[in-house]
Amino acid sequence: MAQIASLTLYHNDDARPIIEAILADNPGVRVMNLPGCVKLDSDGPLVINRASVEERLGRTWDPQEMHLVIISMAGHLDEDDDQFTVSWRH
Amino acid sequence: MTAKKLGLKQRYAHMTRGLDWETTYQPMDKVFPYDQFEGIKIKDWSAWEDPFRLTMDAYWKFQAEKERKLYAVLDAFAQNNGQASVSDGRYINTLKLFLTGVSPLEYQAHRGFAFTGRHLRGAGPRVAAQMQSLDELRHVQTQIHTISQYNKYFDGLSEFPHMHDRVWYLSVPKSFFDDARAAGPFEFMIAIGFAFEYVLTNLLFVPFMSGAAYNGDMSTVTFGFSAQSDESRHMTLGIEVIKFLLEQHPDNLPIVQKWVDKWFWRGFRVLGLVAMMMDYMLPKKVMSWKEAWEIYFTEGGGSLFQDLARYGIKVPKYADVATEAAEHISHQNWAVFYQYTHAAGFHTWMPDREHLDWLSEKYPNTFDKYYRPRWEMWAQAEKEGKRFYNMALPQLCQVCQIPMAYTEPGDPTTICFRETQFKGETYHFCSDGCKDIFDDEPEKYAQSWLPVHQIFQGNCGGPTVPDVLNWYRMNNGADNMDYAGSPDEKLWNEWHAKAAEAAG
Repeated sequence: MAQIASLTLYHNDDARPIIEAILADNPGVRVMNLPGCVKLDSDGPLVINRASVEERLGRTWDPQEMHLVIISMAGHLDEDDDQFTVSWRH
Repeated sequence: MTAKKLGLKQRYAHMTRGLDWETTYQPMDKVFPYDQFEGIKIKDWSAWEDPFRLTMDAYWKFQAEKERKLYAVLDAFAQNNGQASVSDGRYINTLKLFLTGVSPLEYQAHRGFAFTGRHLRGAGPRVAAQMQSLDELRHVQTQIHTISQYNKYFDGLSEFPHMHDRVWYLSVPKSFFDDARAAGPFEFMIAIGFAFEYVLTNLLFVPFMSGAAYNGDMSTVTFGFSAQSDESRHMTLGIEVIKFLLEQHPDNLPIVQKWVDKWFWRGFRVLGLVAMMMDYMLPKKVMSWKEAWEIYFTEGGGSLFQDLARYGIKVPKYADVATEAAEHISHQNWAVFYQYTHAAGFHTWMPDREHLDWLSEKYPNTFDKYYRPRWEMWAQAEKEGKRFYNMALPQLCQVCQIPMAYTEPGDPTTICFRETQFKGETYHFCSDGCKDIFDDEPEKYAQSWLPVHQIFQGNCGGPTVPDVLNWYRMNNGADNMDYAGSPDEKLWNEWHAKAAEAAG
């Protein structure tokens, strides 16, 4: 069985540019819409690139701002100043 | 030339490492007296990695921002009488179950993580446990604050802490946390940090809060998702703690596996209340319990346990039994509350035709065969003025404290009973999972405060149902019984008659 990396985010204006950046940068991501939130699933790593979010947001964005829009996750987390990744790889 | 700015990882290391010290006035073993008796071996506390590199200043900044957003919504909700705009008056009963059953657990988690943070000798886990302790206090406070708006209008909410400590079915979640907090700090971290927060919390919060959103409860969805944003951090703490323990010493594996098995089963039993809420209590349904189980346990848990296999950790014992029970558990729980509606702190009802059809569609293997006929029989009895009440006090499982209403794995027409002998007494269980837990620590579970035993021993206000309800501070005729004919229903219908009149 595939190991699924997953992020569940708010479905609001703060999260929308992040969701768009994820979909653009991670081909094959599956989207599940639930009332109030969005669950994004991937068979590979799920990467959020700071540059992609900033391009859509039109301002600087700190990957730690994820704390304001994240609801749930599955996988190991790796974050630094430029990206925020969940995956099952080691 | 200015120095290059430090990266997040370096910044985090500078802000969090090297801040602790070896004590000299007292030996370390006296300062940290509880982190060895469980048999867990730690060689190097500094190997602890925090996946979220959150320093205390960033923590305060983000938490303050979350609070500002939440309280703006709560104010708007109260000012606009949001309580009148939810999908249906029945919806409020999910909040009653949440406030009496779940919010007090947040407070227990606050205290549990405060204790654990104090008693683990590594600085990394101490900081993480301290943040989680603060988060949990925030959760209980925001939940009470949010739901207080409903308490101005609806029954069943006002005595929630008193009820949590006394009412028969609330002993199920209460004893779950009492059990975890009465364990050592490492077991607590596996019980709550790993098994509950990582493996099972999605099944509690995502359906509850998505359900709130779908049913028009703007304030509850906001506190719920605000709390969940902390949960992601708690989940990473849960997975970090299990990796850390398994990497430290091979002797830790059998101890950790035993705790994973135990706390998976304990958590699964508690979540039966959520199963019932999703399938029966939400007027507008998000997904069935069975669907949620497939997404969050079969798929999510499957990925996780595949990962942990490299340490030798196996899928929790009886996970297959829990998956089979996903076809039954919500129906069997609702049947218990329907029969004991006179002693429940929320309202019950038989599903209407549309709801029955939804259940038939979601549970094609079991609903029409085992449950629909019973609901139709009870609905018919109601029509004939012979509504069924079960006036016998139920036998309870010694471990999960749930009435013995669950069926044998693979045989949904036979009630499952197990028993064991300990010091000349017979103890009863609902399942092999609960019996195994007792057999491993009989001295602990022989002391359980079982609500039915306590009533028979004369410790709950008196021998009759009204005596016990009075002791629960359950307002007989308002807080309990069916939704049809309740003061809640009367109020809801008045509001909506007025709204219809105003609309012409």
